[in-house]
Amino acid sequence: MCGIAALQLRNPLLHPRMGSLLSSMMCQIVDRGPDSAGLAVYDTPGLVSASTSTLSLLGREQGLPAAGIAAALENLLPASAGTAVKVVGDTTFVSSAVDTELLAKAVRETLPDSTIIGRGEHVAVMKSVGHPMDIAAEHGLGAMSGSQGLSHTRMATESAVTAGGSHPFSVADDLCLVHNGSFSNHATIRRDLLREGVVFDSDNDTEVGARYIASRLKQGDTLEEALTNLGKVFDGFYTLVVTTADSMAVVRDPIACKPAIIAETDDYVAMASEYRALASLPGIETASIFEPEPGKVYTWSL
Amino acid sequence: MVTLIETQTQDYATVTAEVSTRTDLADSPVRDLNQALHNATDGQSWTVENPGGKHSLAVGINAGVTVTINGHAGYYAAGMHQKGEVTVNGNAGVGLAENIMSGKVHVKGDASQSAAATGHGGLVVIDGNAGARCGISMKGVDIVVGGNIGHMSAFMAQAGRLVVCGDAGDALGDSIYEARIYVKGTVASLGADCVEKPMRAEHLAELAGLLAAAGRTDNPADFKRYGSARNLYHFSVHNSTSY
Repeated sequence: MCGIAALQLRNPLLHPRMGSLLSSMMCQIVDRGPDSAGLAVYDTPGLVSASTSTLSLLGREQGLPAAGIAAALENLLPASAGTAVKVVGDTTFVSSAVDTELLAKAVRETLPDSTIIGRGEHVAVMKSVGHPMDIAAEHGLGAMSGSQGLSHTRMATESAVTAGGSHPFSVADDLCLVHNGSFSNHATIRRDLLREGVVFDSDNDTEVGARYIASRLKQGDTLEEALTNLGKVFDGFYTLVVTTADSMAVVRDPIACKPAIIAETDDYVAMASEYRALASLPGIETASIFEPEPGKVYTWSL
Repeated sequence: MVTLIETQTQDYATVTAEVSTRTDLADSPVRDLNQALHNATDGQSWTVENPGGKHSLAVGINAGVTVTINGHAGYYAAGMHQKGEVTVNGNAGVGLAENIMSGKVHVKGDASQSAAATGHGGLVVIDGNAGARCGISMKGVDIVVGGNIGHMSAFMAQAGRLVVCGDAGDALGDSIYEARIYVKGTVASLGADCVEKPMRAEHLAELAGLLAAAGRTDNPADFKRYGSARNLYHFSVHNSTSY
């Protein structure tokens, strides 16, 4: 059992309330996964900015102080890139006006032991071990503005309770995946991806799903096609939510083992494991509320 | 000689209450509501406001009370229902009226999966759609769904009646024993050992009674009946070497 809460805000007037709404949703899914948690927020001022790549690094301790990391990166990147390092809660954010891949290369060179848990121009990813609401509070979720938000509370089954095993998994620019359930053939698919040259950060089954989707997208699939292909290749139980810079997708396994409920209004699309996480959203009384059909891919774009 | 389990005609007599106790779940715990319901006597009535999708609302009622929930209920609403009538003016989550024994549960919106699972008796009415596994392992409960039902509904159903006024999902009635299923719309696929059966006069009469009990005006003649081919649960001597 794990908990998922995701929110895509169609009405820009709601953007300043993204963090507080997501926080109230997340509060209702803590029971489903109290051991660790993670968050992804999109277009949040102070964490990401336009035309700048931002990497989210696991942990506040990187072996070097923030100023030291910035100084080392400045030696590797153009001076005009305005490289900056910031620690928020248990996450270190590195940003620079260069390609994400170039920034990732410089970070790997400077901090070879660090784990990149989020990357892109729009997304900031935060994850840690402990009570989900403590993790949200440490990162200041309640005050965050943004266009989309995704949260996951984990009850670990397929790999250890570690920050690295927490969701979301963000393995390509602005792409995030959270998962309620377990994949049973992830080791086989992991071997296939390893042969293709894909590099993994953890032993987690969901990371295999995220790497698979990233691989399909790279090969030209749309998000919908990538998730349809995932359904053909992966065996197991899953409700998945995938977010990109401007879209959100939900899919459940063909026998619908894991719950999901969606509320849609002119102002937002919200998805959660249980209705109680949606109960306090504005306008929920008149929202269209439905459970996604098994095996069917749902996508919404901003 | 095999004795088939016959469904008893059930009496869904509803209770009327004069005074209703109002419980607001925005400022009082579910546990207090359920305890009050367990202490209740016949004829009492409750109105529950702001359910907010909370779980286990109005479970284990064992007196002839009426409970009206104004809003959406979470998991296991009206579970283990023994007596009285629960109405949800909204949707219900997973496991609505699970193991209902008698009495009536009515959801005005949709119900999630496993509605009326393992129910032994009583009537569960869902005006909207029900998710997967509706009536799974039903043992005598009557279920009337105004909309569609999901896959694997009435799986291993043993007794009772399931009425679907919309469409049924895949594997309807898989491994069914003796329950009777009536579907007005299409059936995506029938499960193992579930077959279409002729609608005789007694089935039309039975269905008319169930539709009336659910407050519906559908025409019984528009429905098809499904039930067990009884091939799966009889021992076949040809299989003796398999054991």
